[in-house]
Amino acid sequence: MTVPMVRARGVRKHFGHLEVLKGIDLEVWQGEVVVVLGPSGSGKSTFLRCVNHLETIDGGSIHVDGELIGFEASGGRVRHLRRRQVTRQRREIGMVFQQFNLFPHYTVVQNVIEAPVGVRGEPRDQAKERAHALLRRVGLEEKAHVYPRQLSGGQQQRVAIARALAMRPKLMLFDEPTSALDPELVGEVLAVMKGLAEDGLTMIVVTHEIGFAREVADRVVFMDDGVVVESGVPSDVLDRPQSPRTKAFLGRVL
Amino acid sequence: MSLPDVDVAGAARTRHPLRWVASIVLLVLGAQLVSLLVTNPNFQWDVVGRYVNAQIIGQGIFTTLLLTVIAMAVGVVLGVLLAIGRLSENPVARAACGLYVWFFRGTPVLVQLVLWYNLSYLLPEISFGVPFGPEFVSADTNVLITPLLAAILGLGLNEGAYMAEIIRGGLMSVDHGQTEAASALGMSGARTFRRIVLPQAMRFIIPPTGSQVISMLKATSLVSVIALADLLYTVQSIYNRTFQTIPLLIVACLWYLMITSILYVGQSFIERHYARGATRNAPQSFWSFLTFRRRPTPEVPS
Repeated sequence: MTVPMVRARGVRKHFGHLEVLKGIDLEVWQGEVVVVLGPSGSGKSTFLRCVNHLETIDGGSIHVDGELIGFEASGGRVRHLRRRQVTRQRREIGMVFQQFNLFPHYTVVQNVIEAPVGVRGEPRDQAKERAHALLRRVGLEEKAHVYPRQLSGGQQQRVAIARALAMRPKLMLFDEPTSALDPELVGEVLAVMKGLAEDGLTMIVVTHEIGFAREVADRVVFMDDGVVVESGVPSDVLDRPQSPRTKAFLGRVL
Repeated sequence: MSLPDVDVAGAARTRHPLRWVASIVLLVLGAQLVSLLVTNPNFQWDVVGRYVNAQIIGQGIFTTLLLTVIAMAVGVVLGVLLAIGRLSENPVARAACGLYVWFFRGTPVLVQLVLWYNLSYLLPEISFGVPFGPEFVSADTNVLITPLLAAILGLGLNEGAYMAEIIRGGLMSVDHGQTEAASALGMSGARTFRRIVLPQAMRFIIPPTGSQVISMLKATSLVSVIALADLLYTVQSIYNRTFQTIPLLIVACLWYLMITSILYVGQSFIERHYARGATRNAPQSFWSFLTFRRRPTPEVPS
């Protein structure tokens, strides 16, 4: 029996009195590309951060590849996982941030090999070789030895993608990867992501790029006010939205 | 209405007459100072020259440097631990480290020195064992706490409190996104601290730490109260005998200035090391601080 790559059931999260996620149900299958759309404040970024336990959920559950994230259930009791175990779970899940968050004191290639060498214990030479291959893939091999601040935003984000891929994740999370970029730099990042989708990587992408959703997504999920309002193939959700909330949102962004 | 055709390429420089006035005033004052130094016989430059390389002064310098290095090392190690404690999620660690910083910053270092030196009044004997239970080892406090150890404890424990705040400030200046990115890559907390947060915090920790080293160098002169022969104590003991107070204080100051200058150069090297990747420009050459520049080179706009 196969299990979904991601299964979220009734995920709830609040910050103080503000309830950000009010019971999210979502399944993502191996090789699927799911684009999460929604107005700002709808909880889509928070949900993504719950998947690799950067935020601790307050209710419900998230499984990644059959493993409960952040908690441990045995004999009818549920316990928080130790930090070390959460760290181990995160190694399997790559994440790309809106603000890139490259390590500014390391060169591009050092950024890419830091986790494989330091966390996975890969031999340095082997990690470097793979880093160069990954940088070639995102079109930045010639930038291997410069520091991140010497790169444009689009280039930095492509390095961030290579850095996440270096851990060979089975799932990639993209948190508004193009929102901090100048418009003319968005395309180069989306092109890299499209390539990854074509290679069969399982991806959850929070974005405002409707064109990317239409072209690359297997499924589009529309979130508003902490719930999944609508979900389906891009042509259905984007062209024939059922919910008035989806219609209103698409009317504003298209 | 038509606008005049102007090319600003040949614009005249702005004149700064006040700068000229200020320069002349400073030059005159400087000349007066030099003339005073040279013509006033009370400086007794011959005495300065006789003592500046004296062996006994060298021993004083050695004690001063030794104390500075050890006390700073104690301070930095303690400071790192206290800073981690104050930023930790553990409320007990936060409170304990906060209390430490509060106490050691809140009392004069001179008092702390004297207190350690006179610890035997409080505790005539120091012993290790089970709390409230049997003792395994015990020693006479007066034997255990030598003046050197009292000085190291007094200066080092005090320094730890100040370094803790400097290091905490540096750690807090690193963007939270860095820790998140490291966590998302599956890096452990210790590794994230060592490889990601601390190296970036160093840029903000080094300059105030440089000031701390320099003030420690001079704070070591406080140990003269517990009869430890550092540089200042040494010159004091000489001029108490010979009454050549001014020239001997000049000797001490020359050496303090000399050591400070060397520290300043060392600090520039360390700062350049930790500035890797911090700006979009190539790093400046070390000797660049010597070159006179009319105006700063424009930075690449970000």
